Amino acid sequence: MTAWCSSERQREQGNETVTKVAEETNRHTISVLVDNEAGVLARVIGLFSGRGYNIESLTVAEVNPHENLSRITIVTSGTRLIIEQIKNQLRRLVPVHRVRDLTLEGPHVSRELALVKVAGTGEKRVEALRIADVFRARTVDTTNESFVFEVVGSTDKVCAFIKLMESLGLVEVSRTGVVAIARGTNPL
Amino acid sequence: MAQQDSLTGAEILLKALADQGVEVIFGYPGGAVLPIYDELFKQNRLRHILVRHEQAAVHAAEGYARSTGKVGCVLVTSGPGATNTVTGLTDALMDSIPLVCITGQVPTHLIGNDAFQEADITGITRPCTKHNYLVKDPNQLSRVIHEAFHVARSGRPGPVVVDLPKDVVQARGEYQPLAKVTPKYRPQVKGDTASIEKAVEIIAQAKRPMFYCGGGIVNSGPAACQLLTQLVRTTGYPITLTLMGLGAFPASDPLFLGMLGMHGTYEANLAMHDCDVMVNIGARFDDRVTGRVNAFSPDSYKIHIDIDPSSINKNVVADLSIVGDAAHILEEMIAIWRAKQYRADERALRAWWQRIDTWRSRNCLHYENSTRIIKPQFAIQRLYELTKDRNPYICTEVGQHQMWSAQHFRFERPNHWMTSGGLGTMGYGLPAAMGVQVAHPEALVIDIAGESSIQMNIQEMATLCQFHLPVKVFILNNQYMGMVRQWQELIHGGRYSQSHMDAHPDFVKLADAFGAVGLRAEKPGELDDVITEMIAVDRPVIADIRTDASENCFPMIMPGMAHNEMVLGPEDRCMEKPGSEDDGMVLV
Ligand SMILES: Cc1cc2nc3c(=O)[nH]c(=O)nc-3n(C[C@H](O)[C@H](O)[C@H](O)COP(=O)(O)OP(=O)(O)OC[C@H]3O[C@@H](n4cnc5c(N)ncnc54)[C@H](O)[C@@H]3O)c2cc1C
Ligand SMILES: Cc1ncc(C[n+]2csc(CCOP(=O)(O)OP(=O)(O)O)c2C)c(N)n1
Ligand SMILES: [Mg+2]
Repeated sequence: MTAWCSSERQREQGNETVTKVAEETNRHTISVLVDNEAGVLARVIGLFSGRGYNIESLTVAEVNPHENLSRITIVTSGTRLIIEQIKNQLRRLVPVHRVRDLTLEGPHVSRELALVKVAGTGEKRVEALRIADVFRARTVDTTNESFVFEVVGSTDKVCAFIKLMESLGLVEVSRTGVVAIARGTNPL
Repeated sequence: MAQQDSLTGAEILLKALADQGVEVIFGYPGGAVLPIYDELFKQNRLRHILVRHEQAAVHAAEGYARSTGKVGCVLVTSGPGATNTVTGLTDALMDSIPLVCITGQVPTHLIGNDAFQEADITGITRPCTKHNYLVKDPNQLSRVIHEAFHVARSGRPGPVVVDLPKDVVQARGEYQPLAKVTPKYRPQVKGDTASIEKAVEIIAQAKRPMFYCGGGIVNSGPAACQLLTQLVRTTGYPITLTLMGLGAFPASDPLFLGMLGMHGTYEANLAMHDCDVMVNIGARFDDRVTGRVNAFSPDSYKIHIDIDPSSINKNVVADLSIVGDAAHILEEMIAIWRAKQYRADERALRAWWQRIDTWRSRNCLHYENSTRIIKPQFAIQRLYELTKDRNPYICTEVGQHQMWSAQHFRFERPNHWMTSGGLGTMGYGLPAAMGVQVAHPEALVIDIAGESSIQMNIQEMATLCQFHLPVKVFILNNQYMGMVRQWQELIHGGRYSQSHMDAHPDFVKLADAFGAVGLRAEKPGELDDVITEMIAVDRPVIADIRTDASENCFPMIMPGMAHNEMVLGPEDRCMEKPGSEDDGMVLV
C-alpha cells in the first residue's frame, strides 16, 4: 500500500471543505532543473515508480551546457497533498537544483510535438491533408500512399489531431511529450 | 600533470578519509578493492575491522555512527561484496543513519560486459541510498569522497555509496583538499521565525498539550536533546518518544509518558489521542505510531518540525509545519518562550495531568511474574537494574525482545540505544553492537537478542573475538520467532505456521566454539548471577536466557486499530472490531 493511500483515507474523514479540495485530482506540469549527470533521470523515474506516482509525460534535455544543467518537464496528476509530496521528494534528490510547479505558479505555455503517420488513398488522403492544414501540421514525408505529419501544440490539440486521423488511416504516432515554460521575464 | 604531485586513486581515497577524520572502517576484501587493501596495509592511522559478512559491516558502521554522531564508513569489494550491503544500506536509509559505503567495481572498460563480479551497484542501490556515485576519473575522486561525507551527514542523514572501478583506484590523479571542495547540497537548517513564533504561541495556549518526539532529535545531536529537555521542563507538558527517539529525553523524568505506538504505553497513546496541541519534533508519523490514520489524534492542532520537507504532510496533515534542524528551532522556541514570558495554563494543565495520571495508574507494563520460569520482561528489568550504573549501550535484534527492551529498559541519554526501527532487520543487533564497542572500547555494550534473530549474523562472534570486543549477547530464548508467534496467536487463529524452530544450537557451546564465553539461566533465581558474571567477564559473552515461550508483548494496538483501542493484556482481547488489513500496521 503506498503512502498516499493512507493520507487519502485520513482526509476522507477530515474537515469537509479541506476534504473536497484535497480529494480533487488535478494534472500538474512540473519543471525540474538538474545536474546533467549519469543516473539523474533514473533517479527521477525511480522516485515516481517506487512511490507509486503517475507520470503522464516526461521530457528531458540539456539546457545549459556551461553549467551542465538539464531541464526535466514532468506532467503528473494527483491530489494537492500528493503533488506537494512529489515536489518535496524531487527536491530531496541531491542533483536536483530547482523544482517549480508551473500549474500553480501562474501562466505558462506548454507544447508537444507529434509525428503522425497516415496511410490511404483517394478521398481519405485528401481529407487527411485538409485537416492537417486546419491544424497547421506540416507534411514532413510523403509517398503515394502515406504522409507523415508534424503537429505542434498543446496536448489537447495534438490529441484532437490524432483522434481525427484515426478514421483516415492512422498507422503510428511518435510524440515528444510536454515541454513547458512560464510566461513573462523570470527564469525557472 | 606532474607525476610527482599525483597520487594513486587508492592513496587519494585514504588521504580523503583521513581528512574526513575517519578512524575506523568496517570491511571485507576482494579482487576489485585489492589496491585499496594494499594501501591500507602500508599505514597505521586508519583501523580496519574485518567482519565476516558485508551486511554486518554496514550494521557495524550504523552502530558506530548512531553511538558517536559521526559518519560510519564501510569498504567492500564489487559484485557479491556490494550486493551483500543492500539490507544494511536500506536499514540506514529508513533510520536516517549517516554512512559512506565504498564499493569496488570492475575496471571502467569492463563495465556493462557482465564481467566477473560485476554488479550495477549504483543501479541497485539507487532506491536504498540517500545518494550514490560512480567515479570514473581519479581527479574527481577526492571531491566525490568529500561530497559523499557531506551528503551523508547534512540535512536528514543517510547512507551514501561510492562505487570505485579498479582502474580508477590504480590510476594517478590529483588530490583536492577538503577546504577546496564546496558542496552544492545545502539543506535548510534554520526554521522560519514567524512560524516558530506562531508555534510557541499556540503551544503556550494549549489546554491538553503533548510533545511527540523522535529520532530526528537524536540525529540533530546531544545539544538538541538538552534543548528539548529544557523546553519540556519549562512548559511542564507531557512528552512521549518513538522507538527511535528513546534517550532523547530522560526516561526517569515524570514528564515522560514512555514510548507511544503499537507497543507503546497506555498513557502515551491515550494522551496522543486526546491532546489538543501536538508538538511533533523529529518524528515521522510512522504507521506503527499512528495506528489507524483516520482515527489518529482527531481533535488536535498538529505542529510538525522536521528537517526533511517530504516528511511533512506525508502520512498526517500538519496544521503548522516548520522545516529545519531540531536544535536550531528548539533554541529559538526557548528564546521566544522566555522573551514573551509565556506561561502554561496551570489550571488546564493540572486537569490534563490528572487524566494522564489516571491512565498511568493502569500500570500497563505490568506482567504476572513467576518464580518457576523466567519472564522476558523480568529478565530485561534485572538487566537494567544490574547495569544502569555503568551507563550501558543497548542494541537489539527485532522481535518481542526488542519491544520489551524498549518498554522496560530506561534510557537517560541519547546515542545509547541502537535498534532497527524502520526496516526491522533481524540480524542488526550483534554487528551494530560490534560497531558501538569499536567506538567505545571501555563501555559496556549489550545486544539484547532473540534466539532466531541472533542466528542471522551469528558469524560476527568471530570478529568480536579477533578484535577483543567484549560485547555481551543477552538472548531471550523463547524457542520461537516470538513476534510472529504472537501475531499468529492473536490474528491467525493460533496456527503457528513456521514460527517454531525445532533445532537451535546450544548457545553455550556455540560461544565456546567461537572462543567466547557461554552462560545460561533457566530459572529466575539464576538470572542475577548470570548477568553479574556476564558483565564481569572481559570477553565476548553469549548469555542464553531461557524465557517463557508463551509470553506476549502488551500493550498492543492491533493492526487497523486506533490509539484508544489498545489491548492491554491477555485477558483484554477486545477483538470485536478486527481492523482491516488495509489500514496500516499490517507487517510483523
Ligand atoms: C517490531 C517493531 C515494532 C515497532 N513498534 C513501534 C512502536 O510501538 N512505537 C514506535 O514508536 N515505533 C515502533 N517501531 C519503529 C517504527 O517502525 C519506526 O521506525 C519509528 O516509529 C520511527 O521513529 P521516528 O518517527 O522517530 O522517525 P525516524 O525514523 O527516527 O526519523 C527521524 C525523523 O526526523 C527527521 N530529522 C532527521 N534529522 C533531523 C534534524 N536534525 N532536525 C529535525 N528533524 C530531523 C527526519 O527527517 C525524520 O522525519 C517498531 C519497529 C519494529 C521493528
Ligand atoms: C530479516 C527479517 N526477516 C523476517 C522478519 C520478520 N520477523 C519479525 S520478528 C520475527 C521473529 C523474531 O524472532 P526472535 O529473534 O526469536 O525474537 P522474539 O520475537 O522471539 O523475541 C520475524 C521472523 C524480520 N523482521 N527480519
Ligand atoms: Mg525468539
